[in-house]
Amino acid sequence: MLLIRCPYCEMERPELEFRYGGEAHVVRAAEPETIGDEAWGQFLYLRSNPKGLHAERWRHTNGCGRFFNCLRDTVTDRIFVTYKAGEPRPELAS
Amino acid sequence: MRFSFPRMLKEALNGNAGWPEQWRSPEPKASYDAIIVGAGGHGLATAYYMAKEHGMRNIAVLEKGWLGGGNTGRNTTIIRSNYLWEESEALYEHAMKLWQDLSLELNYNVMYSPRGVLMLAHNVHDVQVFKRHVHANRLAGIDNEWLTAEEAKAFCPILNIDPDVRYPIIGAALQRRGGTARHDAVAWGYARAASAMGVDIIQNCEVRNILRGPDGAVTGVETTRGVIRSKKIGVVAAGHSSVLMQMANVSMPLESYPLQALVSEPIKPIMPCVVMSNTIHAYMSQSDKGELVIGAGTDAYTSYSQTGGLHIATHTLEAICELFPVVRRLRMLRNWGGIVDVTPDRSPIIGKTPVAGLFVNCGWGTGGFKATPGSGHIFAHTVVTGEPHKIAAPFTLDRFRTGRLIDEAAAAAVAH
Ligand SMILES: Cc1cc2nc3c(=O)[nH]c(=O)nc-3n(C[C@H](O)[C@H](O)[C@H](O)COP(=O)(O)OP(=O)(O)OC[C@H]3O[C@@H](n4cnc5c(N)ncnc54)[C@H](O)[C@@H]3O)c2cc1C
Ligand SMILES: [Zn+2]
Repeated sequence: MLLIRCPYCEMERPELEFRYGGEAHVVRAAEPETIGDEAWGQFLYLRSNPKGLHAERWRHTNGCGRFFNCLRDTVTDRIFVTYKAGEPRPELAS
Repeated sequence: MRFSFPRMLKEALNGNAGWPEQWRSPEPKASYDAIIVGAGGHGLATAYYMAKEHGMRNIAVLEKGWLGGGNTGRNTTIIRSNYLWEESEALYEHAMKLWQDLSLELNYNVMYSPRGVLMLAHNVHDVQVFKRHVHANRLAGIDNEWLTAEEAKAFCPILNIDPDVRYPIIGAALQRRGGTARHDAVAWGYARAASAMGVDIIQNCEVRNILRGPDGAVTGVETTRGVIRSKKIGVVAAGHSSVLMQMANVSMPLESYPLQALVSEPIKPIMPCVVMSNTIHAYMSQSDKGELVIGAGTDAYTSYSQTGGLHIATHTLEAICELFPVVRRLRMLRNWGGIVDVTPDRSPIIGKTPVAGLFVNCGWGTGGFKATPGSGHIFAHTVVTGEPHKIAAPFTLDRFRTGRLIDEAAAAAVAH
């Protein structure tokens, strides 16, 4: 089970308190009727699914209830950083 | 070498010391007519049918680890064909027919055992969904029948049908031709038969890059054992399919999740069939060695870690203990995970890609073992002729643009 730090509660809490929300920074077109099938299909279904660093959404369902984002390595499951919704994806110092 | 009774007798008297290797381990050649990436059951079956039905011989199957070491060797081996949509019925039933004679065809005992698959209903939604499946399947000529809780218990006596539990069993759908097969034997049987026809199976050979010419078409692959050329490449890499497709700059509608299984200590036969409960994420059957083979759910998040959260396995064991109180004091011997490639509609992708010469067979997610022979058979046709087999035709990558999904996800979040 993951230990996830909620950036709002500023606490590390067990995964069971959270819901996974899929890949982060997937932006819905402001006017969907103006984009073609290709772009709409990409928005709905295509995901980067990387083996490595993944930006993903989580929601602290059984806590503050808020959405936030997280950078996790999908090979080791190590979480590097969590950050508030609306903030840009942080650069990790390597 | 053919397996036969006289041969077994001869080897038995000889202390079983005379069995030859079952497949060759050749060095990779500089080029092949076709390369299959991934020596799981699906990749090996593809190579086998390319050789057997289409007369191709100059084929390599490249595997980064050992053959059958991916999901093929990690799955709980449930076989059934009672899917909802016509496209899926045709696909899984095609495989079901091939399972029936597979041991004979390969001269290798894959231990296909049509012992019946019972799918439990715990609430009104389950009942409606399963009855809809039963009717849809009947129209397609696929056996699937509705049982009351009492009839289910008569079929599988260790079931607990007490109404006073958290998830009472209120009925079940039964596919009598469903069952199990020995996963390793399926990989080994296809590997042996393909190798005997000249297919090179190259293990410990990881594909690192897909090479393309100036026209964009594939020209080969870069591997940990050097560059290997080919104008046809079939990617059959399960949980790693999107990683491989990315090497050719093709984004996929796939997410990779860990899926877990466990086996108990071996006990005497207590279970005549397979039992599945999608609603509470628990699957169980008994292997011929006597171990109870238990399937759990996927983790909530994507991962390539090939393990899975402890709470996922615990949740399944709680359900198993409620469904089968008789197993409560058993110990679990092993627990492991595989990485499954899940599509948005829970149906596979079998066919062409935007890149000339590149084909893909993936997205089987939590439930592709059952389809192994059929998947290999129709994908072989696709790779050899360059056009989809008619059963594969609806399962395009393009459906995620056109919207013609084959939505098996609506029935249950998981579909083994
Ligand atoms: C725990 C668990 C339980 C399951 N239970 C069932 C079940 O009961 N019934 C059912 O029908 N299905 C089940 N499944 C699903 C089933 O196992 C898969 O759908 C099926 O086995 C996929 O077969 P495959 O040959 O495509 O994949 P795999 O056997 O995973 O083969 C893919 C191969 O590609 C190789 N590969 C990956 N990347 C590279 C690379 N870069 N270069 C070279 N090789 C590479 C891998 O090493 C692997 O051997 C289960 C899966 C799991 C994990
Ligand atoms: Zn919080």
